[in-house]
Amino acid sequence: MTRHALPDDGPFIRPFLVTAGRTRPVQPTLRVDALISTLPAAASARLAFEAKRVADLCRSPKSVAEVATAIDVPLGVARVLIADLVAAGLVACGPAPELDLPALERIRELVHAL
Amino acid sequence: MRSDRGPASVKIVIGGGFGVGKTTLIGAISEIEPLATDAVMTQASLGVDDSAGLPDKTTTTVAFDFGRVTLDPWLVLYLFGTPGQERFSFLWDDLSEGALGAVVLADTRRIEDCFPALDYFESRGTPLVLAVNRFDDGTRFDLGEVREALDLTDDVPIVSCDARSRASVKQVLGAVVEVAIGQRARAI
Repeated sequence: MTRHALPDDGPFIRPFLVTAGRTRPVQPTLRVDALISTLPAAASARLAFEAKRVADLCRSPKSVAEVATAIDVPLGVARVLIADLVAAGLVACGPAPELDLPALERIRELVHAL
Repeated sequence: MRSDRGPASVKIVIGGGFGVGKTTLIGAISEIEPLATDAVMTQASLGVDDSAGLPDKTTTTVAFDFGRVTLDPWLVLYLFGTPGQERFSFLWDDLSEGALGAVVLADTRRIEDCFPALDYFESRGTPLVLAVNRFDDGTRFDLGEVREALDLTDDVPIVSCDARSRASVKQVLGAVVEVAIGQRARAI
């Protein structure tokens, strides 16, 4: 990677620095709205700074998009971090519900009740 | 909707031209401040995992709105706004994947701005509602004329909405779910 001059108005940090340059998650199917929940095993795991932030954050389930926003990284970076944690068994990725007729009717009820 | 693996999520995508009120619409009903970004690799390095030997590797940042609505303790509805510009359509695929449905927001003063989003969701077969945002300048419009101007088929409802109003946005979302139900019922 070539070196670029740093702009004068602040430090420039490459977005994929925290993923060691990897831009593709080990698990390619993480939907942007998939809910990520931290598993008990994460409490005793030795984690890098960003991974620990994700694990702390997702003690209450957060979507991939919310994780990205909360730790202030682009979506692609969050996906790589989360996929690593999923692969290590430290967080779980919530299911995409089957959008069958009963599920949709239930969602209609819930939206009306908002 | 209860699951052993924790709460589940569904999403509705909000499309439309730049400045049509997508941010306002999402903000009117969301529990969180809606904004996220993605950084995309430039064409030269797409699909390449190792940057060695790629001195021109750069990223472009694109922002998109999103919102969260807790429907019940086991189900969260996310709203994702697709960036208005067509050149970001790769992100539209990402945001739309598995969506329950879509809202295309339109402004009658610049109706053509909604064409790309409309074409996109129609071609994907996403359950779709066209929502015409009411602006304060008192412009009157007839929903029938809008339908004619857009050459919309009857299976896409047109609703008038106020993107600032939670109640109005709720109605729009309800209309999307209704279309999804209709599509699903016909498929059985």
